[in-house]
Amino acid sequence: MSLWVIQRDLLLAMRRRSDVLTTLFFFIIVVSLFPLGVGPEMNMLRTMAPGVVWVAALLASMLSLGRMFSSDYLDGTLEQMLISPQSLSMLVLGKAVAHWLVTGVPLVLMSPVLGLQYDLSTDALLILTASLLLGTPVLSLIGAIGAALTLGLRGGGVLVSLLVLPLYIPVLIFGAGAVEASTAGLGAGAHLSLLGAFLLASLVLSPWATAVSLRISME
Amino acid sequence: MPILQGSELECVRGDRRLFKGVNFSLDAGELLQVHGPNGSGKTSLLKMLCGLATPAQGQILWRGNDIRSLKGEYYGEITYLGHLSGVKDDLTAIENLRISSALSGAEIDTERAHGALRKMGLGGRESLPAKVLSQGQRRRVALSRLLVCGTVLWILDEPLAALDAAAVKLMQSLLEQHLNQGGMVVMTTHQEIDIAAVSTHRLQLS
Repeated sequence: MSLWVIQRDLLLAMRRRSDVLTTLFFFIIVVSLFPLGVGPEMNMLRTMAPGVVWVAALLASMLSLGRMFSSDYLDGTLEQMLISPQSLSMLVLGKAVAHWLVTGVPLVLMSPVLGLQYDLSTDALLILTASLLLGTPVLSLIGAIGAALTLGLRGGGVLVSLLVLPLYIPVLIFGAGAVEASTAGLGAGAHLSLLGAFLLASLVLSPWATAVSLRISME
Repeated sequence: MPILQGSELECVRGDRRLFKGVNFSLDAGELLQVHGPNGSGKTSLLKMLCGLATPAQGQILWRGNDIRSLKGEYYGEITYLGHLSGVKDDLTAIENLRISSALSGAEIDTERAHGALRKMGLGGRESLPAKVLSQGQRRRVALSRLLVCGTVLWILDEPLAALDAAAVKLMQSLLEQHLNQGGMVVMTTHQEIDIAAVSTHRLQLS
């Protein structure tokens, strides 16, 4: 994999820290608004916690998808990527990994702290974090396909949500389901295994699909 | 057989035909200058040459093989500089050069990058972010890639735009040196520039 692509995208993210912080603060605020709005009903908060955290993670990761390729597209770097002797799929994989490191990992790290507001048990917090750790890379990888397809379109931001959010649904169901299953005493193993399977499948298929989409968008 | 050959190329944009029946061939040490008024399809032709656009008709051969079947093998031998320079505002000149070189498959060390930038007249400005550089200086950062790329075919779209007289002279000698060593150049320009080459082809698009 192209390590230097990851390095470059991280460097660019460091120079534009506000973009990264916007995503993180969006996540924190959305998750924190629910307990304030719903009220201090412990049982209700405990049941809704996984769903709320996961939906907020989906939206936060969506928020930053537009930036994934657009700046490279506008300054001509993307053209150079298409005619690079290196495999475009590998370059795309590097970009998706960088996107996850910048937007996904901070969410994973913040989720146990935010989970405390919902009175989740230690076990449930651990499962929530594990499910996010397996699920957020899938969001970046699937999102890359949507970002590539809507590249250079007017109103691409709305279109990318319409394209990508339905594809996020399985990740949402099994991610939130993992925590519910573990609190119900069923064990989260099955849900986490399925999330792992999604991750492997998207690792293989998404870079290829994204590379094809980029070539179509750039024609 | 010439190394690069285009035959009966046709370009269609939307429902307008920009050109058809364009033929050219290029051998080691030769220069192809593409002329034509604005909107005549010069950039489209260069994009076809890079494989970024597909010709509506005709084909482009590189050492006898269609470039679309060669892909990576062909991309390793060309350097394309388009209208968009690919220079990132938030990166410094030296980071820009090193990253664009790595992207084209030839990683270079800091030493070499410094040397190339100094030669392009950017000495002392290597560590400035590109957003504080002028238009001409950003162009120089993009062009400095030619000094380190080591590829055979250079495809340059308006390389002289925004350059001052000294930089134009520098480019002229750089192109001549490349052609002397058996390289090939395809370029568009609105400026008159005299480049000594084994043979210079002119392609007029109307």
